[in-house]
Amino acid sequence: MKLTGKAWKFGDGISTDHIAPGRLFHLRSNLPELAKHVLEDARADFAPNVKPGDFVVGGRNFGQGSSREHAPTIIKMAGVSAVLAKSVARIFYRNAINVGLPVIIMDTDRISEGDQIEVDLAEGVVLNRTQGTTHAIPPLPLTMRKILSDGGLVEHIKKHGGKLGLD
Amino acid sequence: MGKTISEKILSAHAGYAVKANDIAVVDVDLAYVQDGTGPLTVRQFKTMGFTAVPNASRRMIYLDHASPSPRRELSNDHKFLRDFARETGVILSEIGWGISHVVALEKYVNPGDVVVGADSHTCTGGALCAFATGMGSTDIAVAFGLGKTWLRCPETFKMRAEGRLPKGVYSKDLMLHFIGLIGAEGANYKAVEFSGSAIRALTMDARATMSNMAVECGAKVGLIGIDDVSLAWLKLHGRAPKQLPDLEPDRDAVYERVIEIDAEKLKPTLSCPHFVDNTRTIDDVERVRVDQVFLGTSTNGRIEDLRIAADILKGRTVKPGTRLIVTPGSREIYAQAAQEGLLQVFVDAGGVVTGPGCGACVGVHEGILGDGEVCVATQNRNFCGRMGNPNASIYLASPALAAATAIEGRIADPRDHVK
Ligand code: SF4
Repeated sequence: MKLTGKAWKFGDGISTDHIAPGRLFHLRSNLPELAKHVLEDARADFAPNVKPGDFVVGGRNFGQGSSREHAPTIIKMAGVSAVLAKSVARIFYRNAINVGLPVIIMDTDRISEGDQIEVDLAEGVVLNRTQGTTHAIPPLPLTMRKILSDGGLVEHIKKHGGKLGLD
Repeated sequence: MGKTISEKILSAHAGYAVKANDIAVVDVDLAYVQDGTGPLTVRQFKTMGFTAVPNASRRMIYLDHASPSPRRELSNDHKFLRDFARETGVILSEIGWGISHVVALEKYVNPGDVVVGADSHTCTGGALCAFATGMGSTDIAVAFGLGKTWLRCPETFKMRAEGRLPKGVYSKDLMLHFIGLIGAEGANYKAVEFSGSAIRALTMDARATMSNMAVECGAKVGLIGIDDVSLAWLKLHGRAPKQLPDLEPDRDAVYERVIEIDAEKLKPTLSCPHFVDNTRTIDDVERVRVDQVFLGTSTNGRIEDLRIAADILKGRTVKPGTRLIVTPGSREIYAQAAQEGLLQVFVDAGGVVTGPGCGACVGVHEGILGDGEVCVATQNRNFCGRMGNPNASIYLASPALAAATAIEGRIADPRDHVK
């Protein structure tokens, strides 16, 4: 599967409070509405202008903070094809896999705002069309690969007859 | 090769020897959600085709973040969760009963348990030596449905804190110091074992503060070994273990990193806006004017925290121009504080006492900050927007520092106030 879109750059330490803030707590059962505010407190220009396929490009410790799965869910609902970051907080990473949002760990200093990016998950490469650079993606552990390739945890459970197919 | 605490607990729950970096499917002893993550858990539970919750008396739904509900949307979420609890037999912790992690330590967590919760501060259970960790809603839906989850067994960092904490310095300061030292992702994907004479000298309330904040350095779990203090706590709360599982880390257990801390040298410490690892001691912090002081949360809303603050505030008043909000962590704590006259002290000083719950911590209600305002809070996070307003600033500190600040109306040194 090839993903293509442009890069939206974010700084270090983007927290789940930036992505899905507590002041919008009452929208957690209304995800389409919550998605209209995704990452609003980090970049107000992002949510109104993000195009399907675009990439969120973060720095260190992306997604730190809360366990709210709503955070990766609304990034995905906004049409974002993957999150690229130097490092990703543990719970966000797990949630992203569960909701089927690819997260790629790489040196994002080599990506600039607006760069045209292409990601081939099967081949494991990130291609920066604007800069003419390529980057190999380290493979995920098998467990996570299984869940992601099933389309997230819900689909994984359904596919395995209501069980975890990981033993 | 010897085992760490995490390796022992996860091996016991997988049914075979698990070592660091192994991924294992393990049995879950305790699983819970709160009102922010619970509705999605229930929807995912149903989408996956589950209908019943096995072991429902060890599964909980806590109505704590919006307690009582400030908005119609949240009232409907609560209604949805109450209905699910009624249908499945999952325990419902009503509004005002308290914060999930506080109540879980009081009532449910046992040493050696695997505890998973749809809240990042589920790691608080590590204070009773449970492998307790936060996950997302769908993971907990699976735990509700199957009683199992998958986990990567973490490598372990050992924190060894020796010596006595000086006057005016608490476990909060020790933990903030530690997070400042290793950074907000310093222990990402790792377990932390807190050990040493400074840890053994801590009460259960003070230990809970440490384990609660393990996630703020990225850790999956923050474990403290069982000793007389934790056994006395369990006994006091009516669940003295008949037989303790083996939870002592082996002498030859492998640690990825050992971090030594001299507790005697610590000073009152704050996290400055907007990152938890942006820590400074009171000596190096600008004594800025403070609009709001917030005492409470799963980090520091326990009875000992209220006692420490009340000791400082007794007979004093909150500085005009500053406001004080006190939110006890649970109903049990609220009742105890009332009985001891602590709530009276806060009210007499000019503060407001709210019902138990998360209160102002997450920016839902009961203390949302105004534009440009500054807050000193006893919670665990000061991210931009945390208390409901991205144009405000939050400093994190101990209950003593918070109380001293309420009196002076600016960031204050608790050592000048502790009696
Ligand atoms: S008090 Fe704050 S940190 Fe603790 S569980 Fe509630 S919202 Fe989360």
